[in-house]
Amino acid sequence: MRSSRSLYLFAVPALILYGGFFLLPAAQGLRYATTDWDGYSPTFRNVGAANLTDVVTNDDLFRHALTNNLKFLLVVVLGQTALALLLAVLLAARSRGSTWLRALFFLPTILSSVSVAFIWKFVYDPNFGLANALLRAVGLGRFESSYLGNESTAILWVAVAQIWFHAGQMMVVYIAGINQIPDELYDAAKTDGAGRWQQFRHVTWPMVAPATTLVVAYTTLQSFKAFDLILGLAGNPPRSGLDVLATRIYSTFANSQLGYAAAESIVFMAAIALVTFLQNRAARTVHG
Amino acid sequence: MRRLLLAIYALLIVVPLVVIVGGSFKTTADLFASPFGPPTRPTLDNYVTILQKQDLLRVLGNSILVVAVSVPVTLLLGSLVAFAVARLPRWPSRILFGIFALGLAVPAQAVMIPQYVQFDRLGLRNSLTGLMLINVVVTLPVAVFILSGFMRTLPAELFEAAEIDGAGTWAAYRRIAVPVAAPSLAATAIFLVVMHWNDLLYPLLFIDEPGKRTLPLALLDFQGEYLTEYPLLFTGVVVASLPMVLAYAFLQRHFVAGITAGAVKG
Repeated sequence: MRSSRSLYLFAVPALILYGGFFLLPAAQGLRYATTDWDGYSPTFRNVGAANLTDVVTNDDLFRHALTNNLKFLLVVVLGQTALALLLAVLLAARSRGSTWLRALFFLPTILSSVSVAFIWKFVYDPNFGLANALLRAVGLGRFESSYLGNESTAILWVAVAQIWFHAGQMMVVYIAGINQIPDELYDAAKTDGAGRWQQFRHVTWPMVAPATTLVVAYTTLQSFKAFDLILGLAGNPPRSGLDVLATRIYSTFANSQLGYAAAESIVFMAAIALVTFLQNRAARTVHG
Repeated sequence: MRRLLLAIYALLIVVPLVVIVGGSFKTTADLFASPFGPPTRPTLDNYVTILQKQDLLRVLGNSILVVAVSVPVTLLLGSLVAFAVARLPRWPSRILFGIFALGLAVPAQAVMIPQYVQFDRLGLRNSLTGLMLINVVVTLPVAVFILSGFMRTLPAELFEAAEIDGAGTWAAYRRIAVPVAAPSLAATAIFLVVMHWNDLLYPLLFIDEPGKRTLPLALLDFQGEYLTEYPLLFTGVVVASLPMVLAYAFLQRHFVAGITAGAVKG
């Protein structure tokens, strides 16, 4: 057991930093949430649960950000998962071409969110942007749009940018899953006369279920964190059409309402915990 | 059908990137007149403007310095924990692991407010040391996750033999675990470099002094300054992305392995 004792020492430096600068502030956040502190005054008042109640029941900005966040979540999770799976199915077989394309599709993942935001800012520019230029070029000019300029749909266009950003990363997870499927299963399906779609439906899709669970869980968490992309596309602070929970917390804080921002953080955490819990339940029902 | 779909998606990735790089050598008028075409009169003015006006070398230096310290420190501390997780008896190992796993479920934005107060009080705002410290703290859980996943697959006999030989636990870590885990350390390192290099949240939160900014923050500031001067924005994108893209070109397989491990585990 001598070695066991020195093993504890190995964890000490990391525990000090992580405990001191992550766990401790996380706990202090609970305390700030019950105050009206602005972040710099020497004094503040205790307001008890008033902040929390306000966030949940009486804050249109917060509710609006929550709605946007859920729309964003839904589009990104469905769109990115479907696209990643499609690309993985198309590229699972090893060949020079597919290795090359995998590398290309993965490329956006290594860019910074601010860079991706600026790229898409130009794509969506209503006057000079690529999207409208493309529509005009192929004679579909009547579908020209102002994209981010439209309050009610702006967040969906951000979701498209987010999918472009990270679909390649999730594709790699799916390729790993597909490559683990034994060839015999496809052979058997072919013997039974299954076409390509039926092979996908009855072999690939059930066999990649663990990968799907993983991709959906990761994408969900990622879509709650899409803070940089939104600030890059929408400016700081973002207008309400593009506000999500993370940017709302930041704006509240920047607006010298530190206690209230801490309360928003707690509701933010609770929302994530709830969504994750529901997903786990759903995954268990689907996969048995 | 397969080829058509792949070709369409390849164009969706390539075209915007080509437009950005091409655009960084164009004037605004030239870009608007023909966004897809090559520059009619290529110019380096955008690069000159950014270098002169934005103190870009300083910002680039800050980014490099932060990453050069925070990545090795995270790797060292994370691999020490991972080694302990792999070698400790069952329950202590689970508890240790659980403490760090907690950090994976909590998004950074949920803890940033109290962290801001803390860093402010300790005089760690407007300081590169503060950025290094916060990078280490927030990515330790992922590093522990990836590395302990690997170290747990190593047979215990490997270390016991070393310890019976009279070498201590430190030697077992240093001379056996680290060399054997080298590929997994490399993958984790790449994941951390990308995370730390691209991070905007903490610089935005902690840094007000222009001279202490890192690349993503400086880039975000361009937006206010050059509202629709896209060529300048694009030039910023090229400068900020080039180091990562070059590294990716040479270490592609390691990037994919590292970032995917981070995603899967994180």
